[in-house]
Order: sequence, then structure tokens, then C-alpha cells
Amino acid sequence: MDPKLDELAGQCGEWLRGTGPESDIVISSRVRLARNLAGFPFIKKCSPEDRQAIERTVRAKMEKLEQWKDVRYLMVDELSEVDRQFLVERQLISRELADSEGARAVAIDPGEQFSVMINEEDHLRLQVMHSGLSLQEAWQTVNALDDLIEGEITYAFHSKFGYLTACPTNAGTGLRVSVMLHLPALVITRQIDKVFRSLQKISVTVRGLYGEGSQYMGDFYQVSNQITLGRSEEELVQQVSEVIPVLIDYERRARRFLVEESEQDLHDDVSRARGILCTAKKISSEETMHYLSKVRMGINLGLIDDLPITTINKLFIHTQPAHLQKLRGRTLGSADRNVERASYLQRHLADSGPGGAAELN
Amino acid sequence: MKCQHCEKPATFHITELTEPSGPQVMHLCEEHARHYLSKEQSTPTSLVADHLEKQLKLGQTAEELAELDQQECPVCGITFYEFRNAGRLGCPYDYTVFQKDLEPLLINIHASREHKGKRPTRLAPSADRQAELIQLRREMEEAIEKENYERASEIRDRIRSLESGQSDTSSDL
Ligand SMILES: [Zn+2]
Ligand SMILES: [Zn+2]
Repeated sequence: MDPKLDELAGQCGEWLRGTGPESDIVISSRVRLARNLAGFPFIKKCSPEDRQAIERTVRAKMEKLEQWKDVRYLMVDELSEVDRQFLVERQLISRELADSEGARAVAIDPGEQFSVMINEEDHLRLQVMHSGLSLQEAWQTVNALDDLIEGEITYAFHSKFGYLTACPTNAGTGLRVSVMLHLPALVITRQIDKVFRSLQKISVTVRGLYGEGSQYMGDFYQVSNQITLGRSEEELVQQVSEVIPVLIDYERRARRFLVEESEQDLHDDVSRARGILCTAKKISSEETMHYLSKVRMGINLGLIDDLPITTINKLFIHTQPAHLQKLRGRTLGSADRNVERASYLQRHLADSGPGGAAELN
Repeated sequence: MKCQHCEKPATFHITELTEPSGPQVMHLCEEHARHYLSKEQSTPTSLVADHLEKQLKLGQTAEELAELDQQECPVCGITFYEFRNAGRLGCPYDYTVFQKDLEPLLINIHASREHKGKRPTRLAPSADRQAELIQLRREMEEAIEKENYERASEIRDRIRSLESGQSDTSSDL
């Protein structure tokens, strides 16, 4: 395992810091831009030499930049399977970049606010992540990063179709704006489907967050813009920004409804979830997500008052398969991971009673 | 009420309003509801393929379609058929080569075919020049493979001069 990544494993990462506006419901805001270099084929038609040339060109240009000096640069093709998975769990690279072949890389800033993927579906994917709801700021950061890179590299651009991308679904601005939300009450009250419906009419897409298999995890949903062409970047950011308060409002109302109608059941549910997490001897990552989600909602509703939300946020990421292995310092099979996960949860939850809130390290 | 797809109780009742035959109600268990809803958010590949299929059926006869499928980008060699299947283009020049069929596709996906927004301050070389760059890189690889290093270095110099020559002001591909 790459020692350069060990340091990252211990920290929480920007998007799970658990701070920022509306952070009881909005986990993170992410903005990404797809860009391609002029004078090269798209990835699908790149020879191994083309891929290398793109990677080297980008790296050489970036290294000259003052803003780049603290950036961690990793050749993804040289990383172990666990390390690649680890970066996926942290959302610093996509599954596609982890699983593809040939020269490919990622540049990560020390605060994990931005990462630049090289040779993903497009030559460059710039992304900025912020904790909580802060799309405007994330857009401004990624825009500045784009300006910086554009000062050094000539992008494939068409006066009519805008930034040219490998898939026409990204053409134009190449912009994808995403907000990750925690919507447990809408799931419990079974209103989530209605909410999905209403969103699709205004060309916003909703995705569940997937786990180790392909199951939905912990009531997390990602809302993104569907259209990238024909509207300015600001308009696209605005479009997603306008939807989020509506969703937050739905979720808050559903939570209030649950508290008013069935506080005892809810409290029982939340306490049992916590109990299982504290006492299980082996537990899968899906199950962990499921119960952590309930505990997280319990904290936000004041049903649990002796656990900080930051602990739960950290547990979400630290109990993922590759994180567990990085923190343990060795590779573990699925059965061993389930045992390791249970003991990790126990250590960080059981003794986190009043006054003794366990700090994760 | 039971789920339409299994024995579990139907806890999700989804009303599909987009069907031409009028509202249609689906009764599904939680698992199947999630599955159903997630399928709707198709991947870019299937999104492109679906749109293209509709578009081509509407406008073309079988022969015309076969002819279109055989069209090939002179720069990267991708055929329209290949693009239709993978949902991914082969090079920036494809937006020029396939423009006639890409425009309706872009309108279907984005309800627009005209970029509005950020523009790079650095102008890209002309489409021809970019195409030349891509082709020269190929020739260089071939020369290296044949151990014709003299030819390879000639091509490398030509690539360098093209890359540094920003004098060509036409930014259209
Ligand atoms: Zn079912
Ligand atoms: Zn091409």
C-alpha cells in the first residue's frame, strides 16, 4: 500500500467534515468540469503512447505552477487495488479511473478540496468538493482552477458546441453540479419516490449512493444537473441550488412528522441501531451504513445527545472496505473485514458516552 | 397489496405520468421500487444510445442508416456505428464530421445545440491543424515501431512546431 496515502486514511476528508450550511441534511457539494486537450484523440481512441503523452504534458505544465507545489500527484496505474479503492471511497477518483487501464493519474490538494483526474473518460476532470451546501463557492474554486490550467494547456473547444467531450451528454460547459443529501425521513415515510418524480421534470437527476455491492447505502442521494449545453455555468449552478432548499424542507417536514406521530418508535429504532453498531461482532459495510444513517438522524433530531455528528461522519468513511484495510495496515478478506469493522465501531462508539466522546485518529 | 414483481408487500406506489396512455400506477416493494427508479436514471451510454435510436428511426430508412453507420472520421477512424454503440466519440474532430447527426442528438439531450457560457481565452488551433497533430502522432509511433528514428525525430519536430504555433486564429473545429 502506498505510504503517501496513509496520511490521508487517518484524516476525514473535506466532504465528510460535517460542517457548512445545512450540514444536518446536506453532506457535500461537488462541482466538476470535463476538459480535453486540443490535438489529441479522446481517450477511447488513444494509443498507450497518446495516454502517456497527455499525462506527461499535463504533469509538466502543472508542476510549473506555484499553486501546484503542495499537490499530491499519484500515478493511478501504479497503485495497488486497495489504494485505488481507497481513493474511490473518498470520492477523489471515479470508479472508472480506478478500473481502467494505461497511464492515468490524479492530483489531489492537501485539504482534499480539489482533485484533477487525468485520462478518465475525458483527458481532464477537475472537481471541487465542499462540506455542506456551498455550490457557489465550489463553482468559483473550480472555475479558478480551470483558468489556471487553461493558461498552460489548449483545450478542445468549438465555438458552437463549447468544450468538446468524449460523451455528448457532457458537451458545452462540461459542468456537473452535484449535492449529496441524507434523506432518511423521506425514505421512512415513503415519500422519496414522489420527490424523485417531481425532480425529473426539471431535468435534475437523482442517484442513490452505492455500496460494496450495488445496494443503496444509508439513505444518501445525489442530485445533479442533467443538461450541460445551452445554459451558462451560473445558470446550471443556480438550477441545482434552487432545488436543494425544497428537498431540505421536505426532509425536515418528514422528520417533524415522525417525531410528532411516532417518537417512541423512532427513538426505539435509533437506539437499536446504535446498540447493534456497538455490540456486533461482525458487520457488513451495507449494514453499517444502514444503522449509521439512523444514528445520524437520531443525533440531528436530538434523540441522541452524547455523540458528535463528526464521529458518525468519520465512521461512514472509515468503515468502508479499503479504509479499514489502510487503517489496519494490511489487506483483509471480506469475512475478516466484517470482524475488523465491528471492532472498529465498538472502539469508537461504545466508550463515546457523556464526557468520553472518543476522538478518532 | 403485493409487489408486482415479487411476493413482498407493495409499499411504494409510483404513478407514471409520462406514459401516453395516461397515468399508470406501479405497486412495488421497497427493493423493486429502488431498482425501478434507479433504472430511470440511465447511464450516459444508454442515454446516448436511446436518443440516437429514436432519432434514427424517425428520420432514416434502413439503407440510409446503414450508410450513416459506415461513415468514418478520417482523423481517429471511429465509425458512426461504433459511436452509436459505445456512446463515446473518438476525437474532437468527430463533432465536425458527424455534425449533421450530432446536432439533433444534442437537442434531444440538452434541448439546445448552442454553447452559452465560458470560453477559453487561449484559442485552439484550427480543426485541420488539430487533425494533423493527431495524425502526426500516429505516424511517429509507426516510425518508432519500425525503428526509423530519423523519421520519428523529424515528425517530433513538426509536432512541436505545430503545438507552439498559436498564430492560426481560427478557433472552429
Ligand atoms: Zn418486489
Ligand atoms: Zn475522430
